[in-house]
Amino acid sequence: MTALATEGLSRDFGGFRAVAGIDLVLAQGARHAVIGPNGAGKTTLVNLLTGALRPTAGRVRLGGEDVTALSQHARVKRGLARTFQINQLFPEFTPVQAVTLALLEREGLTARWWRPVSAHGAVVAEARALLDSLRFAPAEMRAATRSLPYGRQRLLEIALALALRPRVLLLDEPAAGVPPGESRAVLDAVAALPRDVTVLLIEHDMDLVFRFAERITVLAQGAVLVEGPPAEVARDPRVREVYLGEPAHG
Amino acid sequence: MRLALEAAFWLLALASHWLLPEQLPLLGQVWIVALFVLSLDLLVGFAGVLTLGHAAFFGLGAYAAGILAQQGWGEPLSGLLLAALLAALLGLVTAPLVLHGGDLPALMVTLGLSLMLAEAANKLPGITGGADGLLGVEMWPVLGLFRFDLFGRTAFFYALAVLFLLFLLARLITASPFGLALRGIRGNARRMPALGTPVRARLVAVYALSAAYAGVAGALLAQTTQFVSLDALSFQRSAEGLLMLVLGGLGALYGALLGAVAFTLAHHILSEMSPLFWQFWIGVALVGLALAGRGGLLGLGALLLRRGRA
Repeated sequence: MTALATEGLSRDFGGFRAVAGIDLVLAQGARHAVIGPNGAGKTTLVNLLTGALRPTAGRVRLGGEDVTALSQHARVKRGLARTFQINQLFPEFTPVQAVTLALLEREGLTARWWRPVSAHGAVVAEARALLDSLRFAPAEMRAATRSLPYGRQRLLEIALALALRPRVLLLDEPAAGVPPGESRAVLDAVAALPRDVTVLLIEHDMDLVFRFAERITVLAQGAVLVEGPPAEVARDPRVREVYLGEPAHG
Repeated sequence: MRLALEAAFWLLALASHWLLPEQLPLLGQVWIVALFVLSLDLLVGFAGVLTLGHAAFFGLGAYAAGILAQQGWGEPLSGLLLAALLAALLGLVTAPLVLHGGDLPALMVTLGLSLMLAEAANKLPGITGGADGLLGVEMWPVLGLFRFDLFGRTAFFYALAVLFLLFLLARLITASPFGLALRGIRGNARRMPALGTPVRARLVAVYALSAAYAGVAGALLAQTTQFVSLDALSFQRSAEGLLMLVLGGLGALYGALLGAVAFTLAHHILSEMSPLFWQFWIGVALVGLALAGRGGLLGLGALLLRRGRA
């Protein structure tokens, strides 16, 4: 079954076509990566998929449903979660508060005003359990987010998306900027994603892509250049030329 | 510890009736102003929506309650209810305009709307009394029992009781999932849609809620002074409300109360000491506290408390 698909997805900015007729199909449980040099249209593609931007032409389908006209939050409610290339966290919240907020939203409870958050004990407990599974120490769970090391913040970025229990997860350069010493935890979290979750990875880091992805789409100048399994993509001369800049070793 | 401090605050507020028996009218005003600042805190401090025109709701509430009583229905609580409903309605109608853009558009739109309303009140003397103010406001006893008296005793308890009840409601709301979502929107408005939050709907809700609070504050002023002037809708009221909020501490309910109490008392004391220069000292305090962060007096108090224990 198709989890996420686009048909002829395009977006113009003025006269510039940032994304030009992209067709993508992700089967349920797919591990799919989108790579491409700077300016290839990756960020615009993410924004079109999540609903932050409306396409000039084309469609986005989520689990068979046409979601092209739906807002970001409506797509999230239908099972599409994302992480951000640059952390979008709540600096003053503790990780427990932030994940609790995400869980309350998943359960559709954030319009409730007549009971304190602490009365939703099961939700708070689930937040702790989720952070625990990502190996957050108890003290880290209770610290203000802004005081955490960058690698932990990156992990919290993923935790917020996981809390939504998505069917499709969009990871926008999850390991970007994480110092080598802390990147292991982030990569482990990505590798440990449940198998039924469909994952679309937007990435710069080739190691991560080739380790994780079962299928790769290479973008160049807003269009799909090549799509296929990693080995095939790595051998493709056009990819080497456009993406790697020069003929490289396999 | 926290609960003890809270209890102490409210007991002191109640005790001020006997500690400062000469100042009952002033204290009654303090509770009303505190409610207005509380309404700003819900919007500005918790949800992070800026406004320079909150007096629009205060004034609307004041005129609504005043006119209701002037027209022969002087029952106080129904006046409060009417004021809350009308202010909330105005909030719902204007929220889309205010929430359309970023901070600067919000400031300009709220300012513009409140100026329009003030001018309309000025140009409709048949309804509002115009520049002469609304006269002939006759209030019935509160709950049919407590007559408004010349010494401001009923006004003191009435305003304090309304403030206390609405404070408890605000406390409940800000601790709820809805309140957490508001703080999330202030903390990172870009992340919230990605968590599935309909940000616009949440902000419209808190805007209407905050408007209703301000409307009740205005109604209290009209009822306890049995008079409404254009001053209720003035820009100065909006600006001073914000000033008190920053003074007391944003995003903490007691900050709003503390700011209102401190500002009104400082105003009173300083203007008696030096009628011309009291604003200078308020200015000094404001610049100092604003530079120190969003904590205000409340943040300062908490800091001193921590230092004291360490």
